[in-house]
Amino acid sequence: MPHIVKSFDDELNRLRETLLSMGELAVAQFRGAMTALIERDVALAREGSAGDINVDGMEHAINEQGIRMLALRAPFADELRTVVAALKVSQDLERIADYAANIAKRSLLLSQGMQLPSVRAVQRLGTLVERQLAEVAASYRERDADRALAVWHSDLPVDEAYSGLFRELLTYMLEDPHAIGPASHLLFIAKNIERIGDHATNISEMVYFVITGGYIEGTRPKGVDADQAASADADGDGDGGHPGACEENQ
Amino acid sequence: MSAEPAHLSQIDLSKAKMVARDIDVFYGDKQAIKEVNLAVNENEVTALIGPSGCGKSTFLRCLNRMNETIPGCRVEGTILLDGIDVMHELDPVQLRARVGMVFQKPNPFPKSIYDNVAFGPRIHGLTGHPDELDEIVHNSLRRAGLYDEVKDRLGEPGTGLSGGQQQRLCIARAIAVSPEVILMDEPCSALDPIATAKVEELIEELRDEYTIIIVTHSMQQAARVSQRTAFFHLGDLVAVGPTEEIFTSPRHKLTQGYITGRFG
Repeated sequence: MPHIVKSFDDELNRLRETLLSMGELAVAQFRGAMTALIERDVALAREGSAGDINVDGMEHAINEQGIRMLALRAPFADELRTVVAALKVSQDLERIADYAANIAKRSLLLSQGMQLPSVRAVQRLGTLVERQLAEVAASYRERDADRALAVWHSDLPVDEAYSGLFRELLTYMLEDPHAIGPASHLLFIAKNIERIGDHATNISEMVYFVITGGYIEGTRPKGVDADQAASADADGDGDGGHPGACEENQ
Repeated sequence: MSAEPAHLSQIDLSKAKMVARDIDVFYGDKQAIKEVNLAVNENEVTALIGPSGCGKSTFLRCLNRMNETIPGCRVEGTILLDGIDVMHELDPVQLRARVGMVFQKPNPFPKSIYDNVAFGPRIHGLTGHPDELDEIVHNSLRRAGLYDEVKDRLGEPGTGLSGGQQQRLCIARAIAVSPEVILMDEPCSALDPIATAKVEELIEELRDEYTIIIVTHSMQQAARVSQRTAFFHLGDLVAVGPTEEIFTSPRHKLTQGYITGRFG
């Protein structure tokens, strides 16, 4: 049913559209970075590593729109949830774009050195996460709580793929010291992709909240944490969510 | 009696200050309230919301038998105050001393500020000594957050105060007889935002000692001041639950439509 105040409906729609566009931009950036990595495309990598000022601009716009709506409309129920979720999801999207820029930056470095076969596994990991992002965007667009829930549950294969990659790259590094450079870049890329997946699941929680008003129950299915399993967690924070260690573009 | 309605089973009825069971109210042939069941917790603020004509004020007035003063109005069902049947076991004057009321429009008596507050204690014979009455009056004004503003002019007419002050005077008058429950029928609708904020602050403070039931048209006010919210529509109690839940994740479509402005 439309709102009695039509302009409020317009504002809500605009907020949703801005969020969806921001999502598309962030995903495009991630996809570009992955292509740069796989194709060893220097121009694309250079472009991607600069980041996208549009993503930051959109985050800013969503903040302004959201705060304005909270102040002027004092929304309740699903409208309140829509505004609050937009504020939170835009942060996740901004982080995703940051990770994508970092992947592009590392691709640029990798394009100058030896190519490890593990790139294929990184590509597969990227495909899994890209699918998560597409699904979570669709769940938001279609207001489909089940679809959001499915994204939340789809994190396990990502974690497992990342753990596998971790072991694989460690092996290359042990076998050949020349591989240490490219392998560590790939490892950081894989970690960034895995973190993007985590943000996709964060977003799925918010989408579920917007639609149902409830929180997803239970603990998210998590694979064995590769970093901790190998006691090689450089940042020492396990997989606790602080993204600092595997980035340079902070 | 048949099974308890779901929302009555949510709370411990033995701890409820007031319980309404199967309340029907008729104005002549017209039924204004249909089988309303509602329990009100002690030391909580319960907000009654709903569009005009939904029956929320009518329901409020059942709680201290104010509807009896309206010709042609008939109330059926049971209302309990601490387990006592207010319609059969309590005298209305006694009842109204225990269940006080504050109205939409501030309605001080055309008497002095002092006499407005002293009126209830006097007619209920609550005071022996004049000092005692002074103490009740001062204390009630203090509790209503009005004392400092009027302490030097207690002999001046209550009607000379500003709207917000008049409303707080009416609240002081209501609490002067030490009621257990205070009914408020849109107490802030005639007040400016500052006076409204003062009354809301007062409601928050009064909650420690009294049980408060407030009818309000302001969704924000209901959300701010109450712990439980009941939504009425066309004489039905559609939904009742924790305020936070009603305003963030209402389960009922009609409630959602009303509080968000997608209605009718």
